[in-house]
Amino acid sequence: MHELGIITEAVRLAVASARAHGAERVDAVRLRVGALSGAVPEALQFAFDAVTAGTPAEDARLTIETVPARWWCAACAAEFAADDWQACCPRCGTWSDQLRAGRELDIASIEVS
Amino acid sequence: MCKTCGCGGGGHDAEVGSGTQPMATEADVHGHKPSDHHGHEPGHDHGMPPRTVSLQRSLLEKNDRLAERNRGFFRAKRLLVLNVLSSPGSGKTTLIQRTGIALQGRLRLGVIVGDLATDRDAARLRAAGLPVVQVTTGTVCHLDAEMVARAARQLDLDELDVLVIENVGNLVCPADYDLGEDLRVVLLSVTEGEDKPLKYPPAFHSAQVALITKVDLAAAAGFDRAAAVANLRRISHHARLFELSAQSGDGMAEWLEFLVQQHAAVNR
Repeated sequence: MHELGIITEAVRLAVASARAHGAERVDAVRLRVGALSGAVPEALQFAFDAVTAGTPAEDARLTIETVPARWWCAACAAEFAADDWQACCPRCGTWSDQLRAGRELDIASIEVS
Repeated sequence: MCKTCGCGGGGHDAEVGSGTQPMATEADVHGHKPSDHHGHEPGHDHGMPPRTVSLQRSLLEKNDRLAERNRGFFRAKRLLVLNVLSSPGSGKTTLIQRTGIALQGRLRLGVIVGDLATDRDAARLRAAGLPVVQVTTGTVCHLDAEMVARAARQLDLDELDVLVIENVGNLVCPADYDLGEDLRVVLLSVTEGEDKPLKYPPAFHSAQVALITKVDLAAAAGFDRAAAVANLRRISHHARLFELSAQSGDGMAEWLEFLVQQHAAVNR
């Protein structure tokens, strides 16, 4: 995965947003990461420590909220949960190809001071 | 009321949300001495007050936006655009080369080819008479929408009908990057093992077209066709499936006909 690229963009947005709010430091960064995004939390943390060094986000806390995967079953006209790519509707047994949530790679919020 | 230090009750910009109030320094606003301080916890250095800023943005947003721009541009140029994904060595270059040659007189192909290093693939495609732009990504393991936009400017798009983007040989990262294509095409060669779709589901799930390639080698590779198709169907339920060999020509006619139809469809 490209955790480094993801984190580079997150830190860029966090530092720019902190500056826009007149803050000097980024104290925490909160990410929302889908269960099927492919991003590995340990790799995100590793990249975060490397990328933030020497920036206003140095030593900031990284929090990763995992978003469970939700699929849409067209036959049942209902969602179901499955943190798996072989998403089979538990009600009718149909394979779903419509992933409604679980691919997120979002920056949710930051704490600044 | 104190605007900067969080003391003295409400009216602070320590909000959750996208507050835009500019911060003032302590001296600007306070005018009071440190001894006037009231109720601060020890150790608070009285710089900026801690605040939460809500961002709620996708970290791939920049790429997604550029990809939409590419898509609009390619549509205006009446191009069918393919993003071809696979592991290294699945036969992307040979497929594109043979497809371009076979379609001569019907559709004009141009190619953007991404590789970490070397222009060997580009040279092979150029030798086949196809207009080619090489993108050398260095350490980047995928093409992104910006690289494609830049590369596309080096091709005479008005002289093309189909733009094929040969992604970096990698089944992981390219899956996340929309390039502005009409169709994502994923290759599974018979020499790779039948379980690739289960091991790399995002790439296979995101594809509209799945190709089983090198079918002329199936017997030698001990390829279990039924298992491969079943695995593909579990992940790429919705994808159009073709089985072919660019080398021997087996199954190429159906693939070529599909491209002609798809090109007509984007120009309807």
